[in-house]
Parts: sequence; structure tokens; C-alpha cells
Amino acid sequence: MNQLDAKFGEYGGMYVPELLIPALDQLEQAFLEAKDDPAFNAEFMSLLKDYAGRPTSMTLTRNLVSNPKVKLYLKREDLLHGGAHKTNQVLGQALLTKRMGKTEVIAETGAGQHGVATALACALLGLKARIYMGAKDVERQAPNVFRMRLMGAEVIPVDSGSGTLKDAVNEALRDWSANYDKAHYLLGTAAGPHPFPTIVREYHRMIGEETRAQMLEKEGRLPDAVVACVGGGSNAIGMFADFIDEPSVRLVGVEPAGKGVHTKDHGAAIGKGTKGILHGAYTYIMQDQDGQIEESYSVSAGLDYPAVGPQHAYLSDIGRAEYVSVTDDEALNAFQLLARKEGIIPALESSHALAYALNMADEAEDDTIIVVNLSGRGDKDLGHVISILGDQVNG
Amino acid sequence: MDRYADMFARLNEQNEGAFVPFVMIGDPDLETSEKIITQLIESGADALELGIPFSDPVADGPTIQKAAIRALDNSVTPTKCFELLARIRAKYPDIPVGLLLYSNLVLAKGVEHFYAEAAKAGVDSILIADVPIREAKRFIDTANSNGIKQILIAPPNATDATFQAIGDLSAGYTYLLGRAGVTGAETAATMPAASLIEKLTNVNAAPPLLGFGISNPEQVKHAIESGAAGAISGSATVNLIEQNLHDVPAMLSALDGFVSSMKAATRK
Repeated sequence: MNQLDAKFGEYGGMYVPELLIPALDQLEQAFLEAKDDPAFNAEFMSLLKDYAGRPTSMTLTRNLVSNPKVKLYLKREDLLHGGAHKTNQVLGQALLTKRMGKTEVIAETGAGQHGVATALACALLGLKARIYMGAKDVERQAPNVFRMRLMGAEVIPVDSGSGTLKDAVNEALRDWSANYDKAHYLLGTAAGPHPFPTIVREYHRMIGEETRAQMLEKEGRLPDAVVACVGGGSNAIGMFADFIDEPSVRLVGVEPAGKGVHTKDHGAAIGKGTKGILHGAYTYIMQDQDGQIEESYSVSAGLDYPAVGPQHAYLSDIGRAEYVSVTDDEALNAFQLLARKEGIIPALESSHALAYALNMADEAEDDTIIVVNLSGRGDKDLGHVISILGDQVNG
Repeated sequence: MDRYADMFARLNEQNEGAFVPFVMIGDPDLETSEKIITQLIESGADALELGIPFSDPVADGPTIQKAAIRALDNSVTPTKCFELLARIRAKYPDIPVGLLLYSNLVLAKGVEHFYAEAAKAGVDSILIADVPIREAKRFIDTANSNGIKQILIAPPNATDATFQAIGDLSAGYTYLLGRAGVTGAETAATMPAASLIEKLTNVNAAPPLLGFGISNPEQVKHAIESGAAGAISGSATVNLIEQNLHDVPAMLSALDGFVSSMKAATRK
């Protein structure tokens, strides 16, 4: 049986083949033992600080917001080694892999950020990585494919299904079913079967903890709102976790509205999806009336996922967090604004959170402190953005 | 009526094991699929294990994934699958028919509604590939109240607690995994089935049928010699459909030869 609660309200659970249950139980056990092991924690903390660059900065924007009542801060996960928050929890799970005596790592990746984080952690810790990536994503994200291979990971294009992230997850689960004895499945977001949503949250929760400390230091109080983008929801849950019990702090998750939530081309699983099971968890998913999973869409590959982490489904239902959505165009606009006004090029994923925070800033009537989790940097998106904006961008 | 119990009693009397082929309903299309299923029965299948196509079949290898894609491309829905099943049931009142599918298809219809529809279509058992025993209670309860057997999987790596739960909860038959991994004929069943079968016998589990990686008569013979009540062959059966997509008579003839030879291997 499970030692930790496998569900968040009715959400979550372990909807996987019986064959994978021993591997998930082993992972839960390793996670719990590691939590109380000073040596494990010391190594994790040391990697986060000396290798990855924690704590990350908290930057007050200077020019972005015109409303004088608003202070908009950026939690700079984009400055973390690897270019995104992903590195945090990958280091934690890679250490767990070693602790379990496993020598191989299986991972899935969409845009390639989780794949890059996995590749770097495996290179550092002497693990053999194989990373499943939808064939379409392999084409769209060539620089990240090269980064992974450069760091010694095997990148396996997935042709089945739609050839995107959800198919890469399917293929990773299939691989794990055959190789759980020697391989750990290093899931990249706060979704999937228990214990992944809990482990991923705990290994990202320093984002919110640092934010709390930095706000208390700079402002002498907690922020009024923290805002983060939500695909599977790992950076958002890492930002939210430490504030869930602080009712004065609004928790805002921003889903990708793609070409608009009134179209089929979006990825707003909480906003427009219905309850169901995908990749081991009961949560909000995008599906047709028969239960077939629908393709999601977003300009940002990292948010292009037709489900959401189960704790977000729960936080939405109980009203503790609010989930909104932002279109491709709004995100692209925020992407350019941050570059132009602050000299920071954000990831397209993070640009969704920023776009919504800018709306909040415009509408604020009282003194308001907003923190946006700037979960990644935008270098990886340049090729894609050039193809969309091209000559429109000119100083 | 307990078609599985009747089948096992009859086979025991005849000193035979069960041969159970698996195909995806609606592969490659509903009309051909009905012919395929009819052929499997006419060629001597003792029971049927039938899939309802799902977009994201994580427990299946490439062969069965492609079968699901062919069916979905031809707009096969659970409702149409149930209609086909009802026609098969009308024609063959005695053969046990099991469904093998994924949880989201069940949830989308509502668990109670799905099981009621399945019962109405003459389905005897349901196996949900992504519902382990830990999550199975509501499905088992609904199965029981609808006169359907919930089939449980016994994997080679299961703990003693899992074996005990299988003993307590299994009905119809127990799906014994021949190996780790996903479905597929590429990797043969490898495990020493005998020790697992002994464990299942000790906990009074429903009769074990060995599946995953079963593609030839020698494996069927070996499964039955190891104490299994029979064998299930999915990907090898589906391969014959894939290899003959454009020649239905050749497909049916290949299936006939395959089922006959697999069935012959069940005779002790």
C-alpha cells in the first residue's frame, strides 16, 4: 500500500499497469528515506547551489509596468543552469536513481527542456540517459536535440500517435514496463501516477520558499499574488507549494489558450477540459465524448500537453488557486515586451504567466506586489519566434 | 450463467487447455472485424479477448497500437463496438467474451453505464490495462453488480500481498503475464510460469491464462504443461490481420490456420 496519500481529493492515483506498481512503490520508499537522510539532502543542496546556481535572483522590473501602484517581480528560474526550473527536480530524481541502485534513466521531453535537464544531470552523475521525444518535436527543437546528444544522452524520436509530448510519455512508460529493474523513469512534470506529482512538487518547492524569503527581505511582506504558467504544472506547483497555506497570497496558474479556447487549438486542460485518466492520473484532460485523448496545441511546446498535474485540478476545484489562460498572441507580445523593456528574453512558456500578470498589473487599484515565476529563458524559442514574427521585430 | 466456469469444466473433461486469441474490435474496420471475430470462433477459439481502441494504449507494443490506430481512423467508437459484440453474442450464445481496454474509455461513459452496456452486449469479463488492484475497487464492485467478471493481472514481479489480493478478488480467469514489458510477439514469454502458477493456486485465484509474448504452438503447449489453464495470443493474431490488410480472404485463411494450430497445442 502507499505510504503517502496518492490522491489530491479525488484526483491523482496510480492508474498504471499492475507491472509498474512495484517500481512506483520502490520510488516512493526511496523518496521517503532520502527525505530524512542528511547525506542525501546535503548532496542535493550542494548541487542546487554550486552546480545549478541557487538561490535564483528576484528581479524587480523597472520599465515594464506603468501602473505606479504595482511592483512586478520576476523569480529568475531562467538563470538556473540548463536555462529553466527543470534542473531542480531532475537533480533530485537523478540522486534518487542512484540511491535505488539503478544505472539508467528514461525520460520524455516535449520542447526539450526536461530532456536537456535530464541529460546534464545524467552526464554529471554518471547515469545512462535515453530520452523519448515526439518525431515532430525532434524536428522543431533541433538545438535542444543536439544539446542532449552533446551531453551523452540517447534521443529516441517517437513516431506513434501524434508524434508529440503525450506520445513520448506513452513510449517512456512502455520502456519502463520492460526495464524497471535497472532504469528509473524520470518524469518531467508534476503529472503522472503517484508518487511523481508529490516528488516533483517537493523537489521544486524551493522556488516558492526562496520567493517568500526574498519578498520578506525586500518588501517586508508576502506578495499579493504569484503567477506561473501551467502545462503539466511543475514550475507552478513549485511556486505555489509554500504559499498554499497563506490565504492572502493569490495563486494564479496560466494555461495556454493557443489560438483561443473557443477553438480546438489550445491546451487549457483545467479551463476547458473534463475529468478523466491520462498517463496514470485522474485529472482534467482534453478528450472527446468517447474518452479518446485529443491533441493539445500551444505556440509553446512546453505547455502543449492535454492534461494537467492532479494537484492543480484539486487546487482549482477547492478554489485555492485560480486558473486562467492566455493566447499565443498575448504570450508573444509579453515575450517581446520583456525583451524590449527589461533586456530579458523569457521562454514562451513563462511569457504566458507574464502576459497575465501584466493584465493584473494594469487593473490593480491598490498597492500590489506580483511575482511572476520566470520559469525559463527564451533562447530555445528564438528559431520558432523568428519564423512567426520575422521582420516585424525591429528596434 | 458463468461462461468461463462452463468453458473450464468442459476443457477439463476433454483434457485440454484454453486458447484465447485477442484482436482489436474494429480493426481494420467494423465489417472486416466482424468477419475476423467470427472466423476466430469458427476456427476453434475457446474464448475471445477483444480490445476497444484507445488513443493512448500505454501497455501495448507497436502491433496493437497500430491496430487501435486503424480502428480509430475508421471512426470505431465504444458504442459501435458494443453493437458488434451484441451481434456476435446473438450468433454464439456460449463462448466467453472478454474486453481488454483502458480506464478512460470506461470513465468517459460513466463506470456504471459502461458496465451495464457491456453486460447488455453479452460481455463476460472486463480487463482494464491501466487499473491495478490498488485502484480496482469501484470497477470490481460495478462489475459484480452487473454480472461481469473483473479480470486481474498477475505480473511476474508481483508481491505476495498482490498475489493474496488476486486470490481474494479474481473472477473468471487470471491474466498471467508471461514477461515484463508491453504486448508484442517480438519478445517471447520467458518467465518460469510454473512457480507463479503455484502461487496463484495457493491463493485460490481464478484459473490462469498466460499472455504477453505468446506467438506459437510450442509456447501454448509449454504454458499448459506449466499448469496454466490456457494461453492468450494477441500481437501474433493481430500481425496476421496487418499482413493481409488488402486481401480479406487470405487474412481469414491465415487466421484459420493460426487458431487451429494454436488450439491443437492445447490438447494434452
